[in-house]
Amino acid sequence: MASKQSLIDSILILADSSLILAQRLGEWCGHGPVLEQDMAMTNIALDYIGRSRLLYQYAAQLQGEGKSEDDLAFLRDVGEYKNLLLVEQENGHFGHTVIRQFFLEAFQFPFYDALQNSQDQTLKEIASKTIKETAYHLKWSTEWVIRLGDGTEESHQKIKTAITDLVPFTGELTQAVSCEKELIDQNIFPDYDEIKRKMDALINTAFKQAGLELPTQVYMHQGGKKGLHSELLGYILSDMQFLQRAYPGLEW
Amino acid sequence: METLLTAFQLPDLESRFQARIDAEDKIEPKDWMPEEYRKTLIRQISQHAHSEVVGMLPEGNWVTRAPSLKRKAVLLAKIQDEAGHGLYLYSACETLGVSRDQLIDELHSGKAKYSSIFNYPTLNWADIGAIGWLVDGAAIMNQIPLCRASFGPYSRAMIRVCKEESFHQRQGYEIMLTLSKGSKEQKAMAQDALNRWWWPSLMMFGPSDQDSKHSAQSMKWKIKRFSNDELRQRFVDMTVPQAELIGLKVPDDQLKWNEERRSYDFGEIPWDEFWNVVNGNGPCNKKRLADRVNAHNEGKWVREAAEAFAKKQAQRTDSKLKSN
Ligand SMILES: [Fe+2]
Ligand SMILES: [Fe+2]
Repeated sequence: MASKQSLIDSILILADSSLILAQRLGEWCGHGPVLEQDMAMTNIALDYIGRSRLLYQYAAQLQGEGKSEDDLAFLRDVGEYKNLLLVEQENGHFGHTVIRQFFLEAFQFPFYDALQNSQDQTLKEIASKTIKETAYHLKWSTEWVIRLGDGTEESHQKIKTAITDLVPFTGELTQAVSCEKELIDQNIFPDYDEIKRKMDALINTAFKQAGLELPTQVYMHQGGKKGLHSELLGYILSDMQFLQRAYPGLEW
Repeated sequence: METLLTAFQLPDLESRFQARIDAEDKIEPKDWMPEEYRKTLIRQISQHAHSEVVGMLPEGNWVTRAPSLKRKAVLLAKIQDEAGHGLYLYSACETLGVSRDQLIDELHSGKAKYSSIFNYPTLNWADIGAIGWLVDGAAIMNQIPLCRASFGPYSRAMIRVCKEESFHQRQGYEIMLTLSKGSKEQKAMAQDALNRWWWPSLMMFGPSDQDSKHSAQSMKWKIKRFSNDELRQRFVDMTVPQAELIGLKVPDDQLKWNEERRSYDFGEIPWDEFWNVVNGNGPCNKKRLADRVNAHNEGKWVREAAEAFAKKQAQRTDSKLKSN
């Protein structure tokens, strides 16, 4: 049996990644390149907030210390956050946001798909709700990768830069840390090698259609899942947690 | 010959048009309509569409700082609705023969206006409550009669918009209610927000009837159903008891229930401020417009890419069909 702590930590990796990405996507609100895409990004952000809430609620329940979803989201500092480095990266231009989303969905689609067979009943239920959204997010981001890659010379260059900038944060996605390894051994989480094969296939198919290439021989950054972040996360949290920190213990 | 015909037919067309309006018939885009009617609608609908879109900015300001996950989700969903309202309204406007790009250019050049309320800043979390409660509340007052506007596409767009607005108003009031039951600081936030948003909300109904230049004609064309002052009075009568219910004080010393009129008397609206903000001197006019212009400019390459890609796709299907 996997230890409870490993289960909690692994859930927090998913929950924190969802919330931090939602935070980033929320920054686009009102500033998108066209109204329809403003709405699409808000829509995705909303899905991610919803998902983070389900996951935090489950983590809090497992902890059994009477904490709420908001306690977990608003009262932990940088070192306790376990989100992927990829999701805390800045929005950059629209191409960066698209590529960040696409890499993440290329991982998450096979991941949540497989998680529907988890030995853990709650994760199984969360996965079956999540997979429908993820399919849409994957579709949205794949279409934009192709559109920008095969659009104009300028868009092609821009998305190429975005790929170069963000690939170094993708290694971590399928690199299991110790808490995840425990869950993989217990069939609570799926095998990451298999997920990586599927993820690579999704990326290659889309890139081929978009006339793009995945750079090879890239140094991959690690650490997010263990609480070792870039400088960016501190700013995200100070923004997000401001009211809860300035006026502790209140109802909002 | 042609001019003779026009001169002969025009009065007839106009009176038939007015007769249809009087009979509460909906005017549809392909129907004949006076040029002034078309212009008035384009001005009003586009101004409304721009307001929805610019209005996303002051609220969007607080998306990353919302104090709970639930509030964050509700706020995002609300702003997304406003973007959707913008879309419905731009589409309604396009049926009058003007493109969304043209309309957006007019906003960005300063030729078209948007609701002045969005030139005020959102300074504390309670402002998000106050916007939902007061600004969406005032918008509903204005918009419900527009569901019966004589122009079909506008009326139908407004029916969809109004369905969502009452949720906006409720979530705003609920934020205020929660704050008013909270700590000393939270109550102060709520009161501060009401102090700053009260008068601008009353100004949302536009100038007083005697100064409103388009009102009479719009009433005749049934684009407008009630005067600015009538709607403003209704808003005050609805909102004052809501403020009292949650222990907030409306910042107007002259506010008093008038038993005879069965309505509230209220103080003089600061019209100087109103005209100043309309003319570009509000606290956020420059910032709001600059944000919109920047978003549009920075999105140019994205829109161009999408267009280029769509063209390539169409050519590909074309040549595939030919080779078959
Ligand atoms: Fe709206
Ligand atoms: Fe609204």
